[in-house]
Amino acid sequence: MSAPRLTLDQIGYRYGDLPVLENISMAVQPGEFVSILGPSGSGKSTLFRLLTCAITTDIGAIAFDGKPLAEAGRPFAFMPQRDALMPWRKIIDNTTLGLEVQGMRRAVARERVAPLFAEFGLAGFEQNYPAELSGGMRQRAALLRTVVQDKPMLLLDEPFGALDALTRAGMQRWLEGMWAQHRWTAMLVTHDVREAVHLSDRIYLLSPRPAKVIREIEIDLPRPRGRDAATQVRAAAIEADILETLLKPDPDHSGSSPTRSFAAE
Amino acid sequence: MSFSQSQSGRIAVQMISHIRHALPAVLAVGSLVLIWEAYAHFSGVSPTTLPAPSRVLAQAYEYRQALLDNAIPTLRATLTGFALSLIAAFLLSIIVDFVPRLKRALFPVLIISQTLPLVAIAPLIVLWFGFGLLPKILLVALVTFFPMLVALSKGYEATEPELEQLLASMGAPRWKLFWLARLPSSLPFFFAGLRISITYAVVGAIFAEYAGAAKGLGIYMLNAKNNFRPDLVLAAVLVSAALTLCLFAAAVLAERLAMPWTRRTSTGGPIR
Repeated sequence: MSAPRLTLDQIGYRYGDLPVLENISMAVQPGEFVSILGPSGSGKSTLFRLLTCAITTDIGAIAFDGKPLAEAGRPFAFMPQRDALMPWRKIIDNTTLGLEVQGMRRAVARERVAPLFAEFGLAGFEQNYPAELSGGMRQRAALLRTVVQDKPMLLLDEPFGALDALTRAGMQRWLEGMWAQHRWTAMLVTHDVREAVHLSDRIYLLSPRPAKVIREIEIDLPRPRGRDAATQVRAAAIEADILETLLKPDPDHSGSSPTRSFAAE
Repeated sequence: MSFSQSQSGRIAVQMISHIRHALPAVLAVGSLVLIWEAYAHFSGVSPTTLPAPSRVLAQAYEYRQALLDNAIPTLRATLTGFALSLIAAFLLSIIVDFVPRLKRALFPVLIISQTLPLVAIAPLIVLWFGFGLLPKILLVALVTFFPMLVALSKGYEATEPELEQLLASMGAPRWKLFWLARLPSSLPFFFAGLRISITYAVVGAIFAEYAGAAKGLGIYMLNAKNNFRPDLVLAAVLVSAALTLCLFAAAVLAERLAMPWTRRTSTGGPIR
């Protein structure tokens, strides 16, 4: 196993007197898709706020490529909940936002993003406003805005939470295909068990607040997933097991984080 | 050919729907004017007390030159005062957005300034600054400045938190956050404030003129009243109402031009 890109070492965070995160340790390998799955309000988004330096903590250490996060120079491209597209910017100018913030001239940024529109299923919609696009297209535009920043790692914060079930399933399938091609190092926060199982190499299960890692699960189902009956059955078994853990947290699991692997039997 | 036909057909359909939409309002105003006209004719009330609408219109036409001569200074005071007020409100809104403590210090003072009755303040400002343009500009600014400042401030605060979180994650400094997210987010609030304030502005200018002026609709109304010519007072009212409506329409037009993304174009094509 190569050196991890991102390591979280016994992170804790308190909001005033309220403990939000407790003793969180995680690692993400290069090219790995890792999900954080937990109940609503368990502090998943707080974790992302720590990573994007919106908040800081004194408890524990975060390192990227071996360097403390503060010295790592914003290694993350962040995709927030819902799409956060600017309604007053055309799609092309929404996707160049990160590059513009980095100081790139708008015309140059447009040239760099334009060739990617076809791959993201947005060709022909460059000059439309976000309100003219469907929910799925808006999410693809938001993801394009995220990846075009060319950062070492993606942070996806419940990116499909606001979509209807059918669109969401389509988007998950599409994202898996995109990930298979590009092998982004990515961390996904979600409370959708199926989504996590469908997309991830590994899943960290969080307890309700204060969030602790109650389990770490390797998913080594073959990709693309969910296309044949045999993997569907195994995925369903993993989903059921995860739900069982999340709905009836076993007190023995808290504290330590035993790894249980779902290797091919 | 068929395209232009369908295009003009669509415009015709839109116009009919607009007229249908406006019909109740037109009918209501029309019947009020008719009742007024009938009452003025058949009740035997003197035209120096209540002139009929037809007489008001006739006199407005008769005195059109005088009305125009007096409307221009009012328009000038309104526009100059409002422009100054907009610039000041915009600059202060930015300062206050970057220094929230200043906002907490200033807003109570500004709220008190809004409680001052115009009737009392207008003569004082004329007393202090004379009969020229300056007191009118000041009064217009006084009545429009605070609503615009509040509209802008509220607009900045209405920025989606996720948008700010996104920009912060990209490493955008505070001023970039303001320029890229907070300022555009405030546009709907700004234009809502603009539509209300522009009508206040006309009222403010007329009030200032009423309190003392060489020319203007306000002083014209006062003189007409003192000469027992309510028909001319109402004619001036008509002119000021028309003026206000024109300015209101200009504000709506500016809003449409500045916020093309709110227009739902049926063609769906690029707008620029």
